[in-house]
Amino acid sequence: MIPLTPDEWDALQLSLRVALVGVATALPIALALAWLLSRYRFPGRLLLEALLFLPLIVPPVVTGYALLALFGRHGAIGEWLAGFGVVVAFRWTGAALAAAVMAFPLLVLSIRVAFDGVDRRLEAAAETLGAGAWRRFATIVLPLSARGIAAGCVLGFARAFGEFGATISFVSNIPGETRTLPIAIYELLNVPGGMPGVHRLALLSILVAVAATAAAALIAGGTPWRRHDDD
Amino acid sequence: MIDLAIRRRFRDFDLDVAFRSESRTLALFGESGAGKTSVLNAIAGLLRRLEGRIVLDDRVLFDSATRIAVPTAARGIGYVFQEGRLFPHLRVRANLVYGARGKGDGSGVDFDAVVELLDLGTLLERAPLSLSGGARQRVAIGRALLCGPRTLLLDEPLTGLHLDARADVLEHLRRLKRELAIGTILVSHQPDEVAALADEVVLLQGGRVAGQVPVADFGASHGYRLKHQR
Repeated sequence: MIPLTPDEWDALQLSLRVALVGVATALPIALALAWLLSRYRFPGRLLLEALLFLPLIVPPVVTGYALLALFGRHGAIGEWLAGFGVVVAFRWTGAALAAAVMAFPLLVLSIRVAFDGVDRRLEAAAETLGAGAWRRFATIVLPLSARGIAAGCVLGFARAFGEFGATISFVSNIPGETRTLPIAIYELLNVPGGMPGVHRLALLSILVAVAATAAAALIAGGTPWRRHDDD
Repeated sequence: MIDLAIRRRFRDFDLDVAFRSESRTLALFGESGAGKTSVLNAIAGLLRRLEGRIVLDDRVLFDSATRIAVPTAARGIGYVFQEGRLFPHLRVRANLVYGARGKGDGSGVDFDAVVELLDLGTLLERAPLSLSGGARQRVAIGRALLCGPRTLLLDEPLTGLHLDARADVLEHLRRLKRELAIGTILVSHQPDEVAALADEVVLLQGGRVAGQVPVADFGASHGYRLKHQR
């Protein structure tokens, strides 16, 4: 194991929490939007698809600034949320929000491809067997696209885990609250004698990335329902 | 049993079909592209932008004039598709009972009876993609029966099967016809299939009805051609 200082542990745990919560937050919305894009033709669809790509194209710092402008204490949404006692600016929840926004396009893209791959004729068959829209979605579409959805989640998680620009400009660098792993590395780079810490955390992030990639490959490989006669 | 008059404009041809029949097993017979499957899809409620009226067993399923369109799930039909369309991620047993959920036993077909009727006993724990074509089609028929339909729709149930499998499925369909009192609409381009299963035949050609005859007049294998040489 890599020996870590308490601060470095904090950064790792925070990063994992932020990425997981971010993906979990983005997932339901991503599922709904992917479904919309996969199954419906409507005016403004192309515009929606273009907007979807924005977080991938715009510099993350700009995305972070936009989040600050919207969700900051004096932002349009931030002020409204504060009315319910919910504050995200300069909190770990804000970091999770930034992670969700950055992971969102990758989630939608992967899930949409997965939905596109489900044979519509099977859904029609389920319909003739009396299944309503929700049952068809839950029993046919979801199981048959589960791998694509899971692979999208892994991809989104990896993106969220490595998030730096949007996070630091939205929620800054507060130890134990918003100092995620990438931000901790950046901080250590600017501190005399910080190099050993940089190396440890860099190694750690590579390990997480490799684990995520391996998970994605495992999930994407093979289709287990092809033949399960031998079990 | 059925009273149907429908119109639908497709990109390359117009469907304009009207017929009525009191027969328990009705066949829609014609070349591929005659519009047979479209008629079946219209009855099942799977065809959009449709005009006309469909009455099945005195129940209006569709009427564009009065804007009635009973949802597919509530039409009381069991549809056996040409390619079977078994759910690949569910085993045979789960496929069979997929439509049986919450339907009670109004139709009088129960699981054991269907399994027995179609010889599915040894297949229940198998994965659909490991089945032979004939077995797959028998499962598809069983699945359609178990949703308790008033009418069974069969779309070319024997097409694409090997000779042995074809004879096997045909035999099971014959048995079904003998033992279950269920209305059936069969789509086929095979005269022997029609002769073996149907009571009455509607001949379709180019999206229109070209004739309607009792199966006795249809002839064993050449009825269609003879009819048109006259």
